[in-house]
Amino acid sequence: MKYTSQTITILTAEDDPDDCVLVQDAFRESGQNDQLYFVEDGIQLMQYLRRQDSYAAPQAAPRPDLILLDLNMPRKDGRESLAEIKADPNLRGIPVVVLTTSSAEEDVLRTYDLGAAGYITKPDTFQRLVEIVKGLKRYWFEVVELFHADDASYGLESYARPCASD
Amino acid sequence: MPKSAKPVVFLMADDDPDDRLLINEAFKESLLCNSLYFVEDGVELLDYLHHEGKYADRQASPTPDLILLDLNMPRKDGREALAEIKNDSRLRYIPVVVLTTSKAEEDIMRSYDIGAASYITKPVTFDGLVEAIKGLGQYWVQIVRLPVREN
Repeated sequence: MKYTSQTITILTAEDDPDDCVLVQDAFRESGQNDQLYFVEDGIQLMQYLRRQDSYAAPQAAPRPDLILLDLNMPRKDGRESLAEIKADPNLRGIPVVVLTTSSAEEDVLRTYDLGAAGYITKPDTFQRLVEIVKGLKRYWFEVVELFHADDASYGLESYARPCASD
Repeated sequence: MPKSAKPVVFLMADDDPDDRLLINEAFKESLLCNSLYFVEDGVELLDYLHHEGKYADRQASPTPDLILLDLNMPRKDGREALAEIKNDSRLRYIPVVVLTTSKAEEDIMRSYDIGAASYITKPVTFDGLVEAIKGLGQYWVQIVRLPVREN
């Protein structure tokens, strides 16, 4: 069940295109064939997770194993999105890790209160970001067991996953 | 990067004395220089978190930064204890990591559903346990920021 050889699907919600590139590069640098998806704000994030609009096509929005969530985004921010995910019985089993520039204690406390499974302040250097991504992957995909919902219970449309788990 | 001025306080709820010993050894082995406290079941866990009874002294029983929770325990099991913690507005900010022998999909699903921050199946070997604790420590101590505790 652990992803030693399987593909890991990670969904990043981040409005800053430069930060998206950095995250992508850091994952590439950390090795393995991860599947990274990006959305630009909380509205897109919820559409992705619920497979609505542009995410309705089969395989357009594979269920993420982990969500990396920026807090400050336009339209719907990370806090609102986190609250929505954790209030949705189909989605709340997906771990959400906050990755933000904010280091305000209030944000830390509030996001854990809402059900975040980690709060990471974006580091100053790319090298540190790579270390963070490595540690993050090691923890979530080598140490932890994640729950693999069958796709019938996830999103609005069910579809066949390319690699059925278990 | 998290500030490491104060050691991270871990609280482990596990009814099996051998497992408590192994976890303690694995913490030492993985060079996690942090405080580790133990309770033996869900009733004790909630008493500890509420600073009740023998846990009234907040110096001796500091509020944990992270809870490690076994699922199968007498009196009050991990599932009940987790649900109580996550329904308590004063406690639910504390991340709870399930650490159990159970590999049942249902336990994994249900634990995440009621608010576990992650779910770890206890490795069968001591070396495996040390590796798991190292990964756990790296993530929760070095990578993420935890909320600042009140006491």
